[in-house]
Amino acid sequence: MPVHMITMPKWGLSMEQGQVNGWLKALGEKVGKGDEVLDVETDKIASGVECAFDGILRRQIAKEGDTLPVGALLAVVSDEATTEAEIDQAVEAFQRDFVPASADAADAGPQPEKAQIGGRTIRYLKIGEGGTPVVLIHGFGGDLNNWLFNHADLAAHRAVWALDLPGHGESGKAVEAGDADELAASVIAFLDDRGIGRAHLVGHSMGSLVAMTVADKAPQRVASLSLIAGAGLGKEINREYIDGFVAGSSRNTIKPHLTKLFADPSLVTRQLVEDIVKYKRLEGVNEALQKIASSAFEGNVQRKLYRDRLATLAPRTLVIWGAQDQIIPASHAQGLAGDVSVHVVEGKGHMVQMEAASEVNRLLNDFFGD
Amino acid sequence: MARKITFSQAINEALSQEMARDESVIVMGEDNAGGAGSPGEQDAWGGVLGVTKGLFHKYPGRVLDTPLSEGGYIGAAVGAAACGMRPVAELMFIDFMGVCFDQIFNQAAKFRYMFGGKAVTPVVIRTMQGAGLRAAAQHSQMLTSLFTHIPGLKVVCPSTPYDAKGLLIQAIRDNDPVIFCEHKLLYSREGDVPEESYAIPFGEANVVREGDDVTIVTYGRMVHFATEAAEKLAKEGIQVEVIDLRTTSPLDEETLLESAERTGRVVVVDEANPRCSMATDIAALVAQRAFHSLKAPIELVTAPHTPAPFAGVLEDMYIPSAEKITAAVRKVRS
Repeated sequence: MPVHMITMPKWGLSMEQGQVNGWLKALGEKVGKGDEVLDVETDKIASGVECAFDGILRRQIAKEGDTLPVGALLAVVSDEATTEAEIDQAVEAFQRDFVPASADAADAGPQPEKAQIGGRTIRYLKIGEGGTPVVLIHGFGGDLNNWLFNHADLAAHRAVWALDLPGHGESGKAVEAGDADELAASVIAFLDDRGIGRAHLVGHSMGSLVAMTVADKAPQRVASLSLIAGAGLGKEINREYIDGFVAGSSRNTIKPHLTKLFADPSLVTRQLVEDIVKYKRLEGVNEALQKIASSAFEGNVQRKLYRDRLATLAPRTLVIWGAQDQIIPASHAQGLAGDVSVHVVEGKGHMVQMEAASEVNRLLNDFFGD
Repeated sequence: MARKITFSQAINEALSQEMARDESVIVMGEDNAGGAGSPGEQDAWGGVLGVTKGLFHKYPGRVLDTPLSEGGYIGAAVGAAACGMRPVAELMFIDFMGVCFDQIFNQAAKFRYMFGGKAVTPVVIRTMQGAGLRAAAQHSQMLTSLFTHIPGLKVVCPSTPYDAKGLLIQAIRDNDPVIFCEHKLLYSREGDVPEESYAIPFGEANVVREGDDVTIVTYGRMVHFATEAAEKLAKEGIQVEVIDLRTTSPLDEETLLESAERTGRVVVVDEANPRCSMATDIAALVAQRAFHSLKAPIELVTAPHTPAPFAGVLEDMYIPSAEKITAAVRKVRS
């Protein structure tokens, strides 16, 4: 068996280094494909680093507390037959050849771009080529960075696009009514502009409502729907969260609301809060969010539901939920009529695509199929 | 937010976006337009260090050169503000403020109060401060605390390009006179700045770094020295919280007291001279309001009580350094 290296992953465009928080697998322990081997924290988020191979954890190169650049050697996985000398040799060769990417290197990978679409700026990021393309649609108050643990993984075999909806991220902030029809029209205009004929649509939260509305208006454009913690599948919505997010303007006022997004509130790092506060300060954001919220929700009730005809919207539909979702209850995933594939991930919250990234990526990759 | 620009570009962008948004915003100062009346090129300079360069042609008639008479044009700016304009006056070096104290302290700062709230004075005075440019004693002072002392003035000291843009936009929209202090050694510093307009509210300190062992309270250029010290100390397992005040008036008492109560150990870092300074003011506040949480005497890291030296080696010793901050943190921990 070859000697496999586990290296510091790159989560999101801005990640240059990560801090090792602790080991989840002991030296000599058996590890399988998809197992989380150690915890790493960036300035934005903490998550587990997965093993891509079956074998035995033969070396823990990184020490707890180490801050290491992207690509640095963290661990070595191999089988019993591999000798200590072979492993030492492989580690030595890796360390000799390893050059950390500089922050301003030209090969920093794909970067977000902006286009004028339908009279407004739309920011988007494309990773990967070919296949039936995938379009990732974030939720209320989010942006394309919500997919930082998913985007590159899904793009291994196909082109994957993520965009910032109007009023969000670095797209234009002005919205008219801010309703699902307007947001869906902006996604359809995006597909037209980028020459995306037919795509797998993946929506998170409000992005699911937008994806379903796209499927309703332009079914020929939709190869499948993947709805993660989706709005539009049941009545309840945590209005306190929505209002708190809209009203919050400082770290102290917004952080208590952000912790509800995750089952594990410690995932809400200082930088994550700071990024949201910076977004909230941008001119036009609060007006846009208020319009979007008031057209989507009436009190604690979602206005627009596709629940009863979900299975008819697209050729295939996948629903994923975090069991501990505090924003939209996971009960909305139950009792869906027709041929809908449903997965509820135990112990995870509303941002299940971040909190259980590997599982969600596997579900999505299997579902896309092609 | 991947775009990086410099501190001075961030200030220029804030001015430009506010001038585009509100035509009552004008810019005035020495060499801002590039030497009006001279035979030379217009917009040659954009102020002594080029911060306003480019605005002259973008906003014709709204970037005004003034005579070398701070008392005259700061008075004119205050008067224009009282009459409905939103002037941004550039007063080259804070060291020259002395010649227009009456206009600032006794006029601009008092109008709202003395006219029973019926008058507003939305003037911004942009000025350079701080040592380290080998510019000698008359061009190197940190006079933040003088202005902080006066009720009716708001005082801003940004430390990053992001903060410089958002705080200047807030300053221009604010209806009170604002002294906007730019550290000259920060001008070339780069950072992520959104292209869109945004305002950072006054009186909201930035927790640059979280930690439970020691609190460092600071502002302006010293934020970066404090962060450097904190990063070094973190390697030894000492977790330092670094608080950037952003505005010294209004002051975010809540954030710094909450932190002081949690850590019980406070270091105040201030590039200014030590007497009657932000350092002593914050130390007094913590001693009065968080005394029972303190586990050690408060440490101050400041310049000495002398003018800024011209000799480079002396000036370097004069300015607080990451080493001095590190030593102060160790002292409050011992």
